[in-house]
This record gives sequence, C-alpha cells and structure tokens, in this order.
Amino acid sequence: MIDEDKQEKITTKIWREVPEDDNPFAAAACYCAGFDVFGDVLRNASYIDYLHLLFKHEPPTARASKLLEGLALALANPGLRDHSVRAAMCAAVGGSTRASALIASISVGAGNLGGGREVYTAVNCWQTCGTDLAAWEAIIKSPPQEERVDVWIPMEHAPGFDPNGVSCPKPVRQTLAYLAEISEGNSLAWLMQHREKLEAIAGAPLAMSGVAAAAMNDLSLSPEESEILFMLLRLPGAAVHALEQEKLGWRRYPFFGNGLKLMPYDQVSDED
Amino acid sequence: MPDDLQKYEDNWETSMGAWFPGEKVTLRGKDVLTELRNYRWHQYLLYGVTGKKSERIARLFEGIWLISCSFPDPRLWNNRVAALAATARSTGVLASSGALAVTEATIYGLKPIKGAMDFLYRTMAKIKSGQVLEDVVREELKKYRNVYGYGRPITDRDERVAPLMEFAHSLDAGHGEYTQLAFKVDEYLSSSRYGYTINISGVAAALMADEGYSPDDHYHLATLAFTAGVIPCFIDASKKPEGAFFPLRTSRINYEGTEELRVWGK
Repeated sequence: MIDEDKQEKITTKIWREVPEDDNPFAAAACYCAGFDVFGDVLRNASYIDYLHLLFKHEPPTARASKLLEGLALALANPGLRDHSVRAAMCAAVGGSTRASALIASISVGAGNLGGGREVYTAVNCWQTCGTDLAAWEAIIKSPPQEERVDVWIPMEHAPGFDPNGVSCPKPVRQTLAYLAEISEGNSLAWLMQHREKLEAIAGAPLAMSGVAAAAMNDLSLSPEESEILFMLLRLPGAAVHALEQEKLGWRRYPFFGNGLKLMPYDQVSDED
Repeated sequence: MPDDLQKYEDNWETSMGAWFPGEKVTLRGKDVLTELRNYRWHQYLLYGVTGKKSERIARLFEGIWLISCSFPDPRLWNNRVAALAATARSTGVLASSGALAVTEATIYGLKPIKGAMDFLYRTMAKIKSGQVLEDVVREELKKYRNVYGYGRPITDRDERVAPLMEFAHSLDAGHGEYTQLAFKVDEYLSSSRYGYTINISGVAAALMADEGYSPDDHYHLATLAFTAGVIPCFIDASKKPEGAFFPLRTSRINYEGTEELRVWGK
C-alpha cells in the first residue's frame, strides 16, 4: 500500500487535481488557481481569459482581457518572411515531422532579433526605466554590460527596435495605437507619445517586439513570462505556413541556388 | 486502478544504466568511469545504442556520418534552421536542436536513413522467397511512389557514393549481400524509366545491414549525424550582421489567394 504523503511531489500554485474514485492516475476535477477548469472555466471563460489565469493566477479585468487578446492577435502570424516562420517552412518542405516545424520555429524565434529574448530584455528595460525618458536614453546608449559570458550573446541593438528598419512600419504603428487605446497601464500610451524620441535615441524604428514588451509590461507580466508567452503566441503563423509549404513542396520554395558564393578560406592554422 | 501504472509507480527497473551520485555511472552493465573511459565517443555511442563494442563498426559509422551528413551549406533545410537562428541571434544549442529535429525529414535525413535499410531487408526477404528483384522494386514504387535510398532532390548524381565505398573498403566493409543488392537495385532503377540512382542513404543502409544492424540501430546511431555540418552554418551567420541571412523583401511573396479585399464582419 502506497503512503501518498511520503511520495515526492511537484509543487505548484497553478494546478490542483482531485482523483477519480476508480483511478488515482486520472483526474476527476482540475482546478486552475481555484477555478474548476472543465466544470466552470470551459463554459464561462474565453481562451484568452484562461491564458491570463494560467500566467497570472487571476482572471483578467475586461480591459486586460481585451489587451491580451489584441496582443495575441497581433503576434499570431509574424508573416512568412519572419525568420521563425521560415524555419518552420524549412521543416515542412523537407517533409520533416510537424513537431519539428514548431521546434525549429521556437529555436529561431527565441533570439535577440525580434524574438523571445529581445522581449525579455525589453521588459527588463521597462521594469528599470518605466516612463522616464532619461532613463531609457541612458540604458539604450550604455546598456548594462554582463561581466560573465552567457549562452546569449549581448544585444547588438536597442531592445524593441529594428536595427534593419528605416521608419516604423505601419502594422507596428497600428498595433501600438490600438493596444495603447485599450490598455489600463501607461507603458503603451507613453510609448505611443515618445516613440519618435525613443527611435531617435535608438537610431532605429520601433519593432513589433517593442510593442509586445510594452503591452506585456502593462499586463504586469515579468520578463520571463513575457519571453515565453511571446514565443507561444507567435506559433500559429509558423504552423499554418508550414502546413501550406508542406503541400507545395521543396520545388516551389526558394533554395537560393545562385545566392551562395564560396569565398577563399584563410587557414587559421595547420597545426592541431 | 491501472495495473501497469501501479507496478511502475516509483519503480523503474532497468539494466541500461544509472548514475550513483558521487560514486559511479554504469551503462549496459559496465562501469563507465573505469571500464569504458578509454572508448572513443562513437564506440561508446555504439555500445549505448546496441550493446556492441566493435571499434571497427564505430569507425565505420563515424565515417558514414562525416561523408554522408556533414555538409556545411546553409541552404540545406536543416542547416538553414541553424543559419536562421544565428541571424535572429538565438543560441547555438537552440539552433542545433531545431536543426536536429528538422533532420527527421522525408527527402533527406532520418526517414530515408531508416527507410532505406528497411527497404533492403524487405527486398532481400522477398527475393529469398523466390520473387524477382525487378518486380519487388516496381511494386515498391507503385505502392509508395518512391524508394528510400534512391533518387535525390536538386541533382541526380550523389558525389558521396564513391568516397563512402572507398572508405568502407578500407575497413573491409561493403562486400556483403546487402551492398550487392543495393547496387543491383541501382542498376535496375537507373536504367529504368524512373532514372533514379542510388543515394548515400542507400549505401549507408547497405553497409550497416551487411554488419547485421537493424533499422532501429541504424536510426539511433544516426541521430546526431548532421550536427557537424549544422554548427558551422550557425557560426558563419552569427558573424554576419543581424538579419543578414538571405533577407526577403515583400515582393518575394508569390500570393495566390483571393484578390478581393474583404472587411471583417461584413
């Protein structure tokens, strides 16, 4: 007879289960932060509300729900030229597993350029600088230097801005305007007001990752929560573009056959 | 109460291996730190996957990896994932693991690697039971529209076949009945209307089948086979500016959907 109290356990504030009478390995009821998921939330909440509950352990206010919904919609498809979506399509055209399309998409969409890590860094900046323009100027002009090396290389551009941009693209401005209009927080509204000044300091236009970071700060998401949610919310586009290219096949996908030019290689050393 | 789950609850019985913190590590009954520490890495992997210890086979599949799967061209699909990861400034391991997952592909990679060996085993069994090679291959093509181990995207010619056979011969491999069968199928398919020639996965499968390995063994041994070609692609793109890897302007989208401008809710 197993003494359940003596078994090792997984600690959580998110999830509680009540077993079925005939099977301790099956749940009869699941509670998320106190709410009965299949008896209550399923019928009465929206997907976005439940997503908020999972991350914040509280139902969203009506405006927070609308903000998260707007953010989720804006991020759902980064478009098929986005690096993370291209990675998913590379899986698809080679006939790789569908899971690998999402794995590749996350691997690529995790980075400092328009990816999860950029959002993490940008939300950290929001926590440090808030709505203080001088603080933003200081952090953009002399970003904090880590003494120790990390698997992540340091940011090469101001977090939330596009180093390859010229002016702020219209979809970024439209998203910022809409989200600022519905947000209860002041990050988005402040960003809207000071966008051009910040862009001048950054020497680059605002990117979608920068809008997302402001929205996530308004939703009181931590940098870690923001990073992971950003990657999660961008997967639908990767999924549908992968499925479409899977059907079209590699013959109709760019190979850049003439795009690679092999240059002479300078030997580092002939020794070991 | 589900019996299986109850039986296994807090109870994983294994002879495969374990770590005894601060003391020792075992793999398939051997002490890794005392008995296996002088193994080459490929020999250790071979032992982990199959329980066999052959230095010769370890060297054989190490060579198969190098010759078959280590092309550092960032346009190849799995390598391209790593190059994209670098250009988007993700990490090296995320790049390699994304590329590794993608390596389980149909037109190259793990599906042909496993499938080619399965094809050779099935074909040999049918021939031994009295069927004619040509009929077996035709049936395979009719049923699946391709034969793993034959044909190749981009180009028909596989520049790796001759070097791999030379390498195999240097280890006294590549003389068995599966290698002979693989090239007989090549002879038939290349002179048929299909025009398929043998590709490297067909050769690698034949070489390992002649050594008595199963498709599962061959698949597991090949898991990391592409990695040495993937990592240079990441390094190369990480040394170029952010976003510089084959950037696409909006006109590179060949839109074939509806031209009608629709309005939501109307």
